[in-house]
Amino acid sequence: MTLDHRLDAEYEELRRTVEQFAHDVVAPKIGEYYEQDEFPYEIVREMGRMGLFGLPFPEEYGGMGGDYFALCLALEELARVDSSVAITLEAGVSLGAMPIYRFGTDEQKRTWLPKLCSGEMLGAFGLTEPECGSDAGGTRTTARLDPETDEWVINGTKCFITNSGTDITGLVTVTAVTGRKPDGRPLISSIIVPSGTPGFTVAKKYSKVGWNASDTRELSFDDCRVPAANLLGEPGRGYAQFLRILDEGRIAISALATGLAQGCVDESVTYARTREAFGRPIGDNQAIQFKIADMEMRAHTARLAWRDAASRLLHEEPFKKEAALAKLYSSEIAVTNAREATQIHGGYGFMNEYPVARMWRDSKILEIGEGTSEVQRMLIARELGLTG
Amino acid sequence: MVVPACRDGRAHSVREVGLFPMKIVVCVKQVPDTESEKALRPEDLTLDREAVDAVMNEMDEFAVEEALQLAERTGGEVTVLLMGPEQGADTIRKALSMGADRALHVVDDALRGSDAVATSAVLAAALREVGFDLVLLGCEASDARTSLVPAMLAERLGLPQLTFAQKVETDGTEITVERLTDYGHDVVTARLPALVSVVEKINEPRYPTFKGIMAAKKKPVRTLDLSDLELDATEVGAAGAWSAVDDFTVRPPRAAGELVKDEGEGGRQLVAFLAGRKLV
Repeated sequence: MTLDHRLDAEYEELRRTVEQFAHDVVAPKIGEYYEQDEFPYEIVREMGRMGLFGLPFPEEYGGMGGDYFALCLALEELARVDSSVAITLEAGVSLGAMPIYRFGTDEQKRTWLPKLCSGEMLGAFGLTEPECGSDAGGTRTTARLDPETDEWVINGTKCFITNSGTDITGLVTVTAVTGRKPDGRPLISSIIVPSGTPGFTVAKKYSKVGWNASDTRELSFDDCRVPAANLLGEPGRGYAQFLRILDEGRIAISALATGLAQGCVDESVTYARTREAFGRPIGDNQAIQFKIADMEMRAHTARLAWRDAASRLLHEEPFKKEAALAKLYSSEIAVTNAREATQIHGGYGFMNEYPVARMWRDSKILEIGEGTSEVQRMLIARELGLTG
Repeated sequence: MVVPACRDGRAHSVREVGLFPMKIVVCVKQVPDTESEKALRPEDLTLDREAVDAVMNEMDEFAVEEALQLAERTGGEVTVLLMGPEQGADTIRKALSMGADRALHVVDDALRGSDAVATSAVLAAALREVGFDLVLLGCEASDARTSLVPAMLAERLGLPQLTFAQKVETDGTEITVERLTDYGHDVVTARLPALVSVVEKINEPRYPTFKGIMAAKKKPVRTLDLSDLELDATEVGAAGAWSAVDDFTVRPPRAAGELVKDEGEGGRQLVAFLAGRKLV
């Protein structure tokens, strides 16, 4: 029987290392990047140097020989301080590098993974389209194999693609319709498109409500040609592949949301101890204490939820429902904690220079990205045997 | 300025360039986290180490980083030396995670309450035991802040001491450092073996990678007690300390700041204020 809430010494040391990095390197600088809508290359380079982008990959591909749990621990600690850098890591690893690691040929892995693991290069995953988000089966982008040149010819548009337009972005893996099943449903494949390929255009950054120091773009493909060998995984299996990627990704987003929720507690405790009103710290008031106690309870519960899902993933047990539960719960409580933390900070909470304002702005997307709350509820109900 | 090398028989290695990897030993100390509230134990007026988080002395992180960089450049190997209680193992593991090759941990109940004199005696004995070409340390510990140990250690071992280094270069035979001073820096050269203490300007300590953390598990850590070092318990710890805390007062709460209102003389008043405290 093994039941133990404690982290192994190595996980704990990783967690502490990232906590210190977030405190020493991210916290002092990220506010300015955020305000300027700038991508924090300097911080991302440091994250690469400490091996964060290689966490779940084996050493033979330049990875750290860790696992998905280690990645999630790092994400939570980064997001306690800032979500833009956390989502850059999350997308870089679980959307940029993981599909190549999981579905790529040995040559594809050797070509791309060492640079992606070191953080010198970022990868992106182009799934969402202007007219298809949660309904991923509705992909409109097409890829046709030109038999004369043995190349894929890609046409279509992708939107909200994280890490797709930085100076260090090296590739985007896109999903595209490559044929039809006998019943008319689309066959979807994943294809690696290197940055700079003619016909592949990266639009300017979106103006976003939050995650402002992360890179999010619209991509268009206009007769964009890449070698047939750039197919990632089996032809027509693209849909099944990205479902697996999304299931895992939900655990990572849950860890990130937990970090944001915990960051709201950290900031609120500090503020409540120092801010005085009516002659005493506001934290002496039970109204504030209870708010913060509830915030801590939510963050703690969210952590148990993502760690449970991650533990199932590591033990190769089914984790679909647990990942959905964790993602749903942690994203919703992240929004709640951010709202409460802002309330505790009063007028200062509405000022962008306070971290809680950033957290408030960053929280809402968590209920939307990587499967909306509604999709998670749908998945959970389906796992319970409710259909229709 | 060239400090003559000590080759009087107490030198600990006779080596020729390139024949053997340079053996670097970094002395690290575990200290209370500078960000936590510290307190003295009422019973013996020593620091209450249980009440605070323990971390590697920040200045020693720079020494470890410098040791690793020197080892990478010269093909040397790095041993970490720590004197302190069992929980010091965490600090050793951190240094090993950063990339040090092996560690030596001196643990003994009798060491509690050691002052700089006793500490330098223990470290000197351990260094003789393990052998070295170069000893590196941080220039001070954030808890006691005396900067005494590097100098005492160099004296005990008869080594040239190159303290407050902001830059270190070595060819494996000689070592040259830039020694930080109030007015700039001196360039100091000595023959190896030597002892160098470093300042924080010297480098940017790396964060351990997960690979490093995993690898640290398998690295050898040797534990020694006083009898292994042939030291007498009465010479160390509180029993052997030359200095002890007799009394203390709690730091007074921060006084209100001085407000300078600019009525044409604001700039001068600010300069006078800073100059009065020797800050400019």
